[in-house]
Amino acid sequence: MTPAQAPILAARGLNVHRGGVQVLEIPEFELQAGTVLALIGPNGSGKTTLLKTLASLQEPTEGAILFRGQPLASRPGREAYRKRVTMVFQEPLLFDTTVARNLEAGLKLRGVPGPERARRVLAAARTFGIEPLLERQARKLSGGEAQRASLARAFVLEPEILFLDEPFSALDPPTREALLDDLGSALRQTRTTAVIATHDQEDALRLADRIAVLHRGRIVQSGTCFDVVNHPVDEFVAEFVGMEIVLPGQVTASGMGLCRVAVAGLEVEAVGSPAPGEAVLLGLRPEHITLSTHPGPATSARNSFTGAVTRIVPRGPFFKVELDCGFWLAAFITPRSLEELALAPGQPVLAAFKATAVHLIRTRHS
Amino acid sequence: MGLIWEGIKKAMELLWTLDPEVLGITLFSLKVSILATGLSLAIGGAAGMALALTRFPGKRLLISLINTGMGLPPVVVGLFVTILLWRNGPLGFLEILYTPSAIILAQTVIATPIIAGISLAAIQQLPADLRLQILSLGASRRQMLLCLAKEARLPLMAAVMAGFGGVISEVGASIMVGGNIKGSTRVLTTATVMEAGKGNFDTAIALSLILLVLTFTVNAVLTHIQQRDRPR
Repeated sequence: MTPAQAPILAARGLNVHRGGVQVLEIPEFELQAGTVLALIGPNGSGKTTLLKTLASLQEPTEGAILFRGQPLASRPGREAYRKRVTMVFQEPLLFDTTVARNLEAGLKLRGVPGPERARRVLAAARTFGIEPLLERQARKLSGGEAQRASLARAFVLEPEILFLDEPFSALDPPTREALLDDLGSALRQTRTTAVIATHDQEDALRLADRIAVLHRGRIVQSGTCFDVVNHPVDEFVAEFVGMEIVLPGQVTASGMGLCRVAVAGLEVEAVGSPAPGEAVLLGLRPEHITLSTHPGPATSARNSFTGAVTRIVPRGPFFKVELDCGFWLAAFITPRSLEELALAPGQPVLAAFKATAVHLIRTRHS
Repeated sequence: MGLIWEGIKKAMELLWTLDPEVLGITLFSLKVSILATGLSLAIGGAAGMALALTRFPGKRLLISLINTGMGLPPVVVGLFVTILLWRNGPLGFLEILYTPSAIILAQTVIATPIIAGISLAAIQQLPADLRLQILSLGASRRQMLLCLAKEARLPLMAAVMAGFGGVISEVGASIMVGGNIKGSTRVLTTATVMEAGKGNFDTAIALSLILLVLTFTVNAVLTHIQQRDRPR
């Protein structure tokens, strides 16, 4: 792999206006092959517009989109591009026929011969657990089943880029969980390059390698999940990504509903039963971390680490104290505690948090 | 009462024995109205789809005009088509007034706005992103349009039925531009008017029964389509 690998998809000087109002302004966008990128942002931030523009379903007012280095200039060019990528929408948008025919529809449009169609439809149906539903009428499916069929209809095409527009936002939590798991493993197994729009930080962490945060039609930050979540560039991103501390780790032991996760050579205890060896992300909120200078009386905090203060930042009525404990941590404390503990950069401090405060996130790398 | 009873009895006899004249009129009516509906589907269906999928200034006005056209009184259509086809009229050179072609033309004018209006609604009620979903599966523009029509096939069928129901049962236009000429331009409705006028209630009732069965069938199918549940 050369370091300066050409992106599979790029956009330059992208501008989209609607009714005289600018809804999207993306000077530069690049997507590397094999990457899953999550576009996160609140409703109305331009996620759907960006996806539709990148999928060439909507013309930008200005700017160029390049697929494997070639600009999508002419109409035949865009049609050819659309035969190599595909998009899944928020609504399943199934055709009024059987599930099998739905899964077959794109393959037919792309001129895939019959026997191969049948084989691929079956494989995709298995991936999404809808094999028993193949002969069912699409209009008789439940919401979750319909969205599975819609995802299978996209995966069966083996697209070079898959665009997904919040395909789980209309589902109830248990249905959504199961679907997220299946989508995650399908993305991993097929190594599909994908762009997923979501307003949910956890969905993004579970599915994606990289995150781009969209705010009022602009990408305000993009980078690895770890970077974006732990080092938000501004308050909007910090507030939007919510949980402030995300640590990558690997499960070393698991049992009785508790697990130990190795993070930068140290062990963190968390609630959950992932398999040993699994790579996970640990989410922590700074408000759940307590600081002290002396080992105090026994508390219920299972996790206790010694670190050095690296930075103290005022945050409204609190201070945010950032620590280096071998890994990065941050805690919120009141001005009075700051005074009592006499904290200053470089000073050693004891950080503690409960196992129940750790939010275990299973990732696509597990 | 005796008159009606006798009429119904004789009407049954005419139908049962497949009276050649009644049969001829029925088949001719079907032929004319099916042809007119087919033409209206080609024109109105295409117009309705185009209107649903494009945006241009004056679109609302055009839609209002079409909706008004859905209720055009057949007599008015008959009058204007007669004037158009009159020997000195703008289309007089066609020399088709009082021929089956004139009836087909007039019925097409009646059914086209009906089919255009319902087709427009049929396409508009599809989810807005369905068009993009079809394109992103790899469809060309032509394939996308076909696919949309297929998705809207039930309401489109309803449009065809409504158009057919409108023309098979109208009398004003057929009588004005066709002239109710025996063996040439006589259709179910014009024949019923004439037979009733002559006091031949048996034949009139027989013809009416056939019309009733036709309209009932059309409406039964329409109702069935409307009551069907929609896909997600």
